Amino acid sequence: MTMMDTAWIDIGELDDIPREGARIVRTAAGCLAVFRTADDAIFAIDDKCPHKGGPLSEGIVHGHSVTCPLHNWVISLDTGKAQGADVGATRSHRIKVEAGRILLDAEALLPADDA
Amino acid sequence: MGKEKLVVVGNGMAPGRALEKLFELAPDAYDVTIFNAEPRVNYDRIMLSPVLSGEKTFEEIVIHGDGWYVKHDVTLYKGHKVVEIDRNARTVTSAEGVTAAYDKLIIATGSMPIVIPVPGHDLAGVLTYRDLDDVHAMLLAAKRGGRAVVIGGGLLGLEAAAGLREQGMDVTVLHLMPTLMERQLDPAAGHLLQKAVEARGIRVITRANTKAIAGSDIRLGPARVTAVELEDGTTLAADIVVMAVGIRPNAGLAKAAGLEVKRGVVVDETMRTCDPAIFALGECAEAEGQVFGLVAPLYEMANVVAAQLAGENGAEFRGSATATKLKVTGINLFSAGDFADAKDREEIVLRDAARNVYKRLVLKDDKLIGAVLFGDTGDGAWFFDHIRRGTDIAALRETLIFGPAFAGGANADPTAAVAALPDDAEICGCNGVCKGRITGAIETLGLKTLDDVRAHTKASASCGSCTGLVELLLKSKHGDAYNPAAVQPMCPCTDHGHDDVRRYIVAKGVKSIPALMQALEWKTSSGCAKCRPALNYYLLATWPGEYVDDNQSRYINERVHANIQKDGTFSVVPRMWGGMTSASELRAIADVVDKFKIPSVKVTGGQRIDMLGVRKQDLPAVWADLNKAGMVSGAAYAKGLRTVKTCVGTDWCRFGTQDSTGLGIKIEKFMWGSWTPAKVKMAVSGCPRNCAEATCKDVGVICVESGYDIHFAGAAGLDIKGTEVLGHVSTEAETIEVIAALVQLYREQGRYLERIYKWAKRVGIDTIRAQVLDDVERRRVLYDRFVHSQKFTQIDPWAERAAGKDAHEFRPLADLARAEAAE
Repeated sequence: MTMMDTAWIDIGELDDIPREGARIVRTAAGCLAVFRTADDAIFAIDDKCPHKGGPLSEGIVHGHSVTCPLHNWVISLDTGKAQGADVGATRSHRIKVEAGRILLDAEALLPADDA
Repeated sequence: MGKEKLVVVGNGMAPGRALEKLFELAPDAYDVTIFNAEPRVNYDRIMLSPVLSGEKTFEEIVIHGDGWYVKHDVTLYKGHKVVEIDRNARTVTSAEGVTAAYDKLIIATGSMPIVIPVPGHDLAGVLTYRDLDDVHAMLLAAKRGGRAVVIGGGLLGLEAAAGLREQGMDVTVLHLMPTLMERQLDPAAGHLLQKAVEARGIRVITRANTKAIAGSDIRLGPARVTAVELEDGTTLAADIVVMAVGIRPNAGLAKAAGLEVKRGVVVDETMRTCDPAIFALGECAEAEGQVFGLVAPLYEMANVVAAQLAGENGAEFRGSATATKLKVTGINLFSAGDFADAKDREEIVLRDAARNVYKRLVLKDDKLIGAVLFGDTGDGAWFFDHIRRGTDIAALRETLIFGPAFAGGANADPTAAVAALPDDAEICGCNGVCKGRITGAIETLGLKTLDDVRAHTKASASCGSCTGLVELLLKSKHGDAYNPAAVQPMCPCTDHGHDDVRRYIVAKGVKSIPALMQALEWKTSSGCAKCRPALNYYLLATWPGEYVDDNQSRYINERVHANIQKDGTFSVVPRMWGGMTSASELRAIADVVDKFKIPSVKVTGGQRIDMLGVRKQDLPAVWADLNKAGMVSGAAYAKGLRTVKTCVGTDWCRFGTQDSTGLGIKIEKFMWGSWTPAKVKMAVSGCPRNCAEATCKDVGVICVESGYDIHFAGAAGLDIKGTEVLGHVSTEAETIEVIAALVQLYREQGRYLERIYKWAKRVGIDTIRAQVLDDVERRRVLYDRFVHSQKFTQIDPWAERAAGKDAHEFRPLADLARAEAAE
């Protein structure tokens, strides 16, 4: 399935997420983690560490990275890729902020196989 | 043909070295059996002084652990004293009745400390300084404090005195001669040494001739030493007396076997006794009319024995010049060669009173034959090298005393001085390692650290006095990349270490993480998962009530006050004060488990109940229900006070001496909520049977009839470690005050994630004891600071969150599970 225009879903206000923090968004395909960094950039990735599936939304956010709470893998929010010596990536999704509202690409709701 | 049987009597450093060398030269030539009168493995006897002073532990000075004997298939009889050598049958027999046959025998029975036969020399409390048992006896005596008199102002005596002083005793050194260490030092250096020793709070009396040692009244129990009396009538009160006046070769066994014995067991240049099947080695041996007590010549003997046993008939021992270094931290002293005054000798002396430096070189026929250095011993190896070599120093003479840095116009850079040494210059006297071997190993094996060099070359692995030289060699190879003194940075975000950061926070009054990162030039925009929680803790501990806790710098468990599990659910552990609970609490827990369908309920090791598998969104409601039954967070997730385990004490137990349960509850109610560098687990046992297992906790109390023994610095996790005794107090109030002061000191000094036992190891048990137990004023100040900080922390985090705090943590931002993609 392809879409000509991206469909954006309003999922909440920017200020619903603390700086250097994250909230989850439930979808039928699993949870997404939505991050807000210290510079107010916003990111959405699957809430699943490529290592052992740890909930990345619970990790400590630093720069544009998050450290998984289970075994300290560091995942880049820009790319979804594990940093340093670890190898693996978690799915990242398009997301943006307009007029203080957070908008998520509807494709994020698709299961990983169809995306 | 079977292997030859080699039996070794004695397991000191010299035979240890000989075997090591032998296994290198001829690994399968012998079946080796060792009889050791001491009940332990081979250890570095030169390092007993650092053990006495508390700078090292026995484990750190072991040369060959049990594994070494297994690996080399050596049979070691520990605690077996050999009582007979039968030269006809070629057997030895131990006091325990073990007989072993030999083809070759090494006698390495070492030496015995000389005990001056003055009246009272056999009283309890009169010790010698020779082996680990002596060190233990001294440490035990030092624990009781009091006065120590050390007889003998030589190397060993001074090291013993410094160690005992370090352990807190009031120490006097008695020396028969007019100046200290007169065999190694000239009078001027001896005088400087005396001043340095006195500056450490040790009293020195020279020309002191001991007349008698007085003991306590025998009617009051076994007589113990009470005083030392001198010939001139002086009486010195003493709780222990250490005799360190010299050693005597231990040659009785050899003599009884009919071997030639003079001062020691006489050996030829191949180290054989008059019986060619028998070698003698170490301090018990007499070669060329001399006996030896320093490690370098003993190791040289060992190498000769090993070579001979391996069939290298050319190996011969020639007693050579020796160098001495005093192992008292902070006193730099070096002497080598022969420095007695004589007509045909000249000397060059350098005195720098302001720097307390004294150097004296003794020359004969344009050759350097002796050197004494005090204060600045950096050039010791260079001078010693000239002595051993017999270099013609006529050309160097003008500047010789300024050392290698000056010789040949080189600059005064110490690295250059070491670089100037020839490859065959000896760096490590103990192990006979020359410069070329070290630089070669650094080069070919790519060695980067001091430990690497020790592992591969043995240099600096014995007495450690050449450590500085080895480090300079590492530095000359790796340049500034080798910087051992550098502090370990907290994490890659900064070059600053934990202690620097803490000091900066206090000194500059920094009160936020961004301000701190700015001021200390953090290399990342907002730190990492390592430094942020540490900085948050340091700020919180430094500015109670002022600093606003940064939730986003907290690890998830502390952010949401529950423990994350592998599947992303959480576990919940309510406090059970002192491990006590009730029907209503248990009923409330059972109800919560049913209501929220919590899959697992488990009893923890800390005497409480753990509910596992709670969904994150249920946490506030679970807590609300537990709060209603009077339960609060057990902080099972916190770098803070966890549990105070107790036994039932005088409430129920027939052995209980105090109300251990009540005290445990009091401690827990007083200390809960405090944040610490790492978790803190405590326990209170009602009697020394210790059912609460208090002696493996961070802080433990053992109740006794007379009060409370406070323990700390135990561990029972990754490391297993029994506690250290902090001290004894007589009341509950005092117990709580000491524990609070201890925890506060730890809160102020501990590095983030450093458990109490590691902190204690780093800063020293005694320094801690001095501050939280002995110095009552300091204790009170620490206690008050703890109490102040508690004002801001004893708020149940569960109740806050059940009431709505941080609600965003427990709810999804959006639930799109039922929304259709691409509607």
